[in-house]
Amino acid sequence: MFASLGGIDWLVIAGAGTTILWVNWYFFAAERAPATAAIGSAGHTQEVTVPVHGGYTPSAIRVKAGAPVRLLFDRQETSSCSEEVVFADFGIRTYLPAHETTAVTVTPAKPGVYEFTCGMSMLRGKLIAE
Amino acid sequence: MTTANITHPRPAAPPPSAEQVVIPVTGMTCAACQGRVQRTLSKTPGVVDASVNLMMGNATIAYDASAITPDALVERIRATGYGAELPRADRTAFEEQAARDAATAEEFRELRAKAWASAIAGVLAMLLSMPLMGAMDAGHHGPVADPFMGWAMEHMTPGLRSALPWLYAIPASVLSWGLLLVTLGVMTWAGRHFYTRAWAAFRHHSADMNTLVAVGTGAAFVYSVVATVAPSFFVRHGVAPDVYYEAVIIIIALILTGNAFEARAKRETSTALRALANLQPKTARVLRDEAEQDVPVDSVRADDMILVRPGERVPVDGEIVSGESAVDESMLTGESLPVTKRTGDRVIGGTINRTGAFRYRATTLGETSVLAQIVKLMRDAQGSRAPIQRLADRISAIFVPVVVSLAVATFAAWFVAVHATGGGVGEATVRAFAAAVAVLIIACPCAMGLAVPTAVMVSTGKGAELGVLIKGGEALQRAGDITTVVLDKTGTVTEGRPTVTDVEVVQGSPMASDALLSLVASLETMSEHPLADALVRHARGRGLTVETPEAFASYTGRGATGVVLGRALAVGNEALLQDFAVDVSPLRAVAHRLADEGKTAMYVAVDGALVGVVAVADPIRATSRAAIQRMQRLGLDVVMLTGDNQRTADAVARDAGIGRAVAGVLPAGKVAEIERLQARGRVVAMVGDGINDAPALAKADIGIAMGSGTDIAVEAADIALMRGDLASVVDAIRLSRRTMRTMKQNLFWAFAYNVVGIPVAAGLLFPITGLLLSPILASAAMAFSSVSVVMNSLRLRRFAATTA
Repeated sequence: MFASLGGIDWLVIAGAGTTILWVNWYFFAAERAPATAAIGSAGHTQEVTVPVHGGYTPSAIRVKAGAPVRLLFDRQETSSCSEEVVFADFGIRTYLPAHETTAVTVTPAKPGVYEFTCGMSMLRGKLIAE
Repeated sequence: MTTANITHPRPAAPPPSAEQVVIPVTGMTCAACQGRVQRTLSKTPGVVDASVNLMMGNATIAYDASAITPDALVERIRATGYGAELPRADRTAFEEQAARDAATAEEFRELRAKAWASAIAGVLAMLLSMPLMGAMDAGHHGPVADPFMGWAMEHMTPGLRSALPWLYAIPASVLSWGLLLVTLGVMTWAGRHFYTRAWAAFRHHSADMNTLVAVGTGAAFVYSVVATVAPSFFVRHGVAPDVYYEAVIIIIALILTGNAFEARAKRETSTALRALANLQPKTARVLRDEAEQDVPVDSVRADDMILVRPGERVPVDGEIVSGESAVDESMLTGESLPVTKRTGDRVIGGTINRTGAFRYRATTLGETSVLAQIVKLMRDAQGSRAPIQRLADRISAIFVPVVVSLAVATFAAWFVAVHATGGGVGEATVRAFAAAVAVLIIACPCAMGLAVPTAVMVSTGKGAELGVLIKGGEALQRAGDITTVVLDKTGTVTEGRPTVTDVEVVQGSPMASDALLSLVASLETMSEHPLADALVRHARGRGLTVETPEAFASYTGRGATGVVLGRALAVGNEALLQDFAVDVSPLRAVAHRLADEGKTAMYVAVDGALVGVVAVADPIRATSRAAIQRMQRLGLDVVMLTGDNQRTADAVARDAGIGRAVAGVLPAGKVAEIERLQARGRVVAMVGDGINDAPALAKADIGIAMGSGTDIAVEAADIALMRGDLASVVDAIRLSRRTMRTMKQNLFWAFAYNVVGIPVAAGLLFPITGLLLSPILASAAMAFSSVSVVMNSLRLRRFAATTA
């Protein structure tokens, strides 16, 4: 059967293979934006603004373990996908009104990675506590 | 009886101009932290009084509103290094709900308008494409990308030709360009958000439903534009320059329709919560300076005197000072009959006063009120996740890139297959293209994402309506797996109001039963045991004198001893009396008879000699028997725990229809008993009053606190019942089981839909059945799939309470 494949067939197969590889590399393996460190402006309080628009920017935030972290989610869209932010480890689910900034304060007690997601866990971000 | 465990901080009367605010503070781990925040606040100008509570994690501050704002107070706390957030007093649970509702309603309206507009554009586009397709293929139908359109064209062309002959006179290029413009309009207006959101997600290396829609319709559009602008390019390669504008528009219209239905259905899932939030009245009639005045509920303070007339809602929580009335508490407790309230009884804000007028003193307010706590509890519960969702989450995370890969593979496979079986490059491209677009369009991650949360929302809301507060998805899931229910006897199976039933004096004793009772009651004034309370009440009720004992000692689970009016007294079970070398044999038969009647018999010895037996009984609640029977019919093992002796326990258990009673259990023994059951592989629910049973409730797989309607904040409980009725336990378990079934159905449907839909769209069935899914039908299926999941969850609203 493969003997009957012409040049154009091979071209299509090669193109498809490349596209599939690229899609998987881009969504799963590609280097995402580097983690941003949240530095407290007043002593221990670590604060960082996270614009929400189709995702969280930055999506990885470095914080110090044991101190409260104040995340200011600035939701710049009306897409219902991002209407909630969930910190499963802290049992927090907060509604983010569109075009408003909503603060979420969590205290990662131990070093580790604490993920936060949208209400349907499609959008993801993480707190890296050190 | 249970006591309300909602504490309400009441700072010393602040000056008239002072406002009060409670600010949650996070990050405080020790008393030193608390001290630091407290000192900082106290030193802040404008702060009249500040009290920081480490346990509650908040600061209650009375401040001079003209000198400092709450925001500034928050800043001061943050400056000490702790997290603080204004409890958006502002965004109380009630207001947040309202803001959310407004947003959903707006979303629904917008989606509906866009869906209608694109549907109309879709019909127009379909008509315009008819002659186009006919013209391209001049008589025979070539490779039509969309089988649905092919079918429609075949059946409608003759009729359309005679009805609108002028349509067929328009040159093909004009029609193509017209369609291009209409499509562009629909894409940039109605479908705009698909593309902007897909792009925003793409930049974050993530992908969602919008990505699939955007790539699918985008590809069809680009293909069509090339065919319109440079048809010669296609013709050179032997491909008919077909356009698929109508497919793009109809797909957008169908998906928008699905989204609109979904938005409305999602709104329905929180109806119960909205109804609760709406119970809060806006004003209260307060008695100030001897005058009645209507004031906003926010400005009602603790200890304000409030008037309520028949038919009005009780504005805030409080305690009746004068008057009597029947109050309808069904909206909070699920109790259908109005409850009679007299002086000294608690009333709950949000309930409806039916018959009489009364005056009451405000107690808990604002965020600490019962209603606000219920709303908050419900909101937290509705936002929580059920463990069963984890699988769906894991799949959602990789879903879209995998589907895109599948679509690309579908394209390659179809192209090669059609080409190898003698089809031209043109036909191969068109077929491959349609299948790939169908794969992109039919795949729906939304149904998976909605499967569990919508069921949790509807079910916790339904529970609240029935007076069953389930504290989250995890509790819901575990409650569905319960195999054994452990009931604490006192206050759970029974009413928890023991009364004295018998006083028997040993034959030949010089002491009269009243004299005996008087002595016993005097001793028991020092005890905190519920039985002691019954004895004291009974003696006082008979007008007997109750003295203060000169000495007192209590023996857990056995009884008490002491000295009253110079006489040595021992009241308790056989073991206790034997320790004091008192022979109980003269009354043993009497005691056994009383125990067999379900009464707790206590021997009484005065100055070392047995004098009599006092029996106390705690009547079984009217609803317990039927509820226990229901539990057994649900296949649950029911076990009763009590500190009573085995005889009494067996008698009560027999009466209540419980197969097994574990007697002589000391408070610490309850935990051990639960551990023993768990070690045997049982999933145990412990039902108790939530205060004395806290450790057992926490140890059990599911702790169910049976409250008096005000103890909803019980920490150890996974489920809090607003009503002291075992039927609520049955409701909780039935509702949990039913919800688990719904979640499983939803997940199954969401998975099955994709597992079946994607291969069909890819054309896997084509070689066997010739079945090929049109991209348009794929979009209809996708729109239906998420709506059907939400609708299935909404069926939980029809759950009916257990009736005896």
